[in-house]
Amino acid sequence: MTQERTGAQIMCEALIREGVEVMFGIPGGAIMPFYFAMWEYRDQLRHVLCRHEQGAGHAAEGYARATGKLGVCIGTSGPGTTNLVTPIADAMMDSTPLLAITGQVSSLVLGKDAFQETDITGITMPITKHNYLVKDINDLPYVFKEAIHIATTGRPGPVLIDITKDAMQARTVPNWDVKLNLPGYKPTYNPNAKQIREAIKLIQSAKKPLIMSGNGVIMAGAIEELAAFAERLRVPVITTLHGIGSFPEDHPLNIGMPGMHGWVHVNRAIQECDVLFNIGGRFDDRVTGKASTFAPNAQVIHVDIDPSEIGKNVKVAVPIVGDAKLTLQAFLEAMPGREDMAELHGNASDWMEHIREMQAKHQGKQQYVSRADTEAMSLPPHDVYDIMNRMINERGDYRICTDVGQHQMWAAQLLDWYRPRTHITSGGAGTMGFAVPAALGVAVACPNETVWAVCGDGGFQMTNQEMATIVQEGITNVKVAVINNGYLGMVRQWQELFENKRYSGTPLTGPDFAKLAEAYGWKGITVEHTEDVEAAMREAYETDGPVLIDFRVEREVNVFPMVPQGKSIGDMITDASQA
Amino acid sequence: MKKHTIVALVQDRPGVLSRVVGLVRRRGYNIESLAVGHSETPNVSRITMVVEWNDVDQVVKQLYRLIEVLKVSDVTNDPTVEREMVLVKLHAPAPKRHEIVSMCNVFDAKIVDVGVNTMVVEMTGTPAKVENFIEIVKPYGVKEMMRTGRVAMVRGARGHNAAEYAESSNGTNGQFAVNRN
Ligand SMILES: Cc1ncc(C[n+]2csc(CCOP(=O)(O)OP(=O)(O)O)c2C)c(N)n1
Ligand SMILES: [Mg+2]
Repeated sequence: MTQERTGAQIMCEALIREGVEVMFGIPGGAIMPFYFAMWEYRDQLRHVLCRHEQGAGHAAEGYARATGKLGVCIGTSGPGTTNLVTPIADAMMDSTPLLAITGQVSSLVLGKDAFQETDITGITMPITKHNYLVKDINDLPYVFKEAIHIATTGRPGPVLIDITKDAMQARTVPNWDVKLNLPGYKPTYNPNAKQIREAIKLIQSAKKPLIMSGNGVIMAGAIEELAAFAERLRVPVITTLHGIGSFPEDHPLNIGMPGMHGWVHVNRAIQECDVLFNIGGRFDDRVTGKASTFAPNAQVIHVDIDPSEIGKNVKVAVPIVGDAKLTLQAFLEAMPGREDMAELHGNASDWMEHIREMQAKHQGKQQYVSRADTEAMSLPPHDVYDIMNRMINERGDYRICTDVGQHQMWAAQLLDWYRPRTHITSGGAGTMGFAVPAALGVAVACPNETVWAVCGDGGFQMTNQEMATIVQEGITNVKVAVINNGYLGMVRQWQELFENKRYSGTPLTGPDFAKLAEAYGWKGITVEHTEDVEAAMREAYETDGPVLIDFRVEREVNVFPMVPQGKSIGDMITDASQA
Repeated sequence: MKKHTIVALVQDRPGVLSRVVGLVRRRGYNIESLAVGHSETPNVSRITMVVEWNDVDQVVKQLYRLIEVLKVSDVTNDPTVEREMVLVKLHAPAPKRHEIVSMCNVFDAKIVDVGVNTMVVEMTGTPAKVENFIEIVKPYGVKEMMRTGRVAMVRGARGHNAAEYAESSNGTNGQFAVNRN
């Protein structure tokens, strides 16, 4: 028989019932009843005390992105919840399953500007997939079930539950026999068979087909299906920033990343292709450049689980609403035999040859250092990535969280990516300060892997307080690489290229990061010369504990190639003189 | 930009109107009229919204992203019955009253209140007719006016039967309850 429970106990039990194991948060007045109850359930529900709610939110995102499971974060009313706004918006943009649990003032004073009262459901309405204000203890079992269902199904996203303090303190015998009532929420997982046949016909007739793979492929766990699909068709594959890892970069059909800092040959291939099959990507403007000039010759097949993404930015010939895995399975089943694809295979192979020729002409990974005199630089950032790439891949079992800026684009470009959920970054929102707390969440989820946070000196200084959380939690598998260029580098790059080097608000100082790390109880290492990179990385690996390496790189180096804002992706620049 | 009439069926839950309106606000569009009320099915509300916008298909798709939205259609080009009601408080001193009453008869308008120097008139009709009526009564002196905004229903068998889109469930006992009385 069920016994009487407080609302806060019901919340804990609801989370346990839904399989939640870890939560990241900070307590405060309105959420105290939940923390009081949590203590009883601490063997099943681990709580990670963060230093800032933004950190808690990004940690929950990191946990979710590394595992595909729900990430949970907690804040108290008022400032505790407004500090969660950035990670919630970030999770919305990148379709991350996130549950934010926030304490609200008592329903008796709700709406009366009570101490620490903020209308957080109002604030987060446009940046959540859904949100709830719960004032009645009897709603808790249902709302938690529905909220978690919504966050984790269809196109995943953040859901917030704001619970008044009195609802958490009230007592009742919970009724767990609740059935979801969501007549307006029925995600389409199975693709339409007719559309599949039409898409196949279109692909078969293509002379220059391309597959574009996005985050949806990773979220649906469709890695094997994508490989089988591409191999059966023998069509080149491009992976967007969030599609990185959905198709291994050493696969002969992988040609690389498109978009603003994608490769010249990839963007040119898009501009030339006649059929573009996009699965699980949303044609973000960082991918399309000026949308009206994007892929002008292509008939587009767009597979997405969210119908509102199809046709939003790019005109689509064959729309397919469905889950990436189920859709690819349906394609594999409906695919004609090899004889019927002979023509496509012939065309695709000529096309691939052409793309590889463009690639040979335009891409040398180390070639896009802006200055000709790399020789004279004591530590060009590209050297850091080059050595890091070799060392992480020699050891395997790594996850990399990147922050936002130049260092992020270099990581996407210069490291080789092979596995899904190894590249974890803030793409849609571009949230500086993401990497360190996200790495905390990833480390909690993946205790047996090495988790690198690759940050800029700007973003690192936004959220590095979570280094203390990492120590308190006894986490040893986080390593931070600060690509320290003394600038808000990505903004400085734009100023250099398009604003006549007016470095307004971009030169940046900081503390000695290695000393800061030591103060947190980490090992701190400073690297100023290329020849010291390897030793530092080795030391980081050999240290059983968190380590920070401050890579003091050459200050004014640009990320190339680049599509200038508002330009067509066909018009990439590869050095500063072309800007 | 063209005026569009959107009909939406939504689950009747706290905040649902705010979500629908927020989607329009986000794009900086102005809602010309908005009418919300119960449908024939319990716990399902019906919204008629008139907005001037150019990418209405995208907005309709995004409205579907809202969890509580059951059905949305742009009925601008469908055969519909459209009605709006207006209450007007007119300056109506005794000598003018007779004239106002006969004019109301022409419009099938009802006089619902008579004060010392005022009359409140209720008029229902197509939005065009309401517009027309307001123009006609303006010269008497309009002291107050309130329009309900347009409500629309598609003619014939096709349409928006809420029961088709709703589902019953045991729900909960609280405010998210479905079959609560
Ligand atoms: C929270 C936030 N504020 C501002 C920006 C705008 N922004 C984008 S990149 C960038 C510079 C980042 O500098 P740093 O972290 O040092 O990285 P770098 O580009 O130098 O590698 C800024 C300020 C942002 N993306 N996020
Ligand atoms: Mg920097």
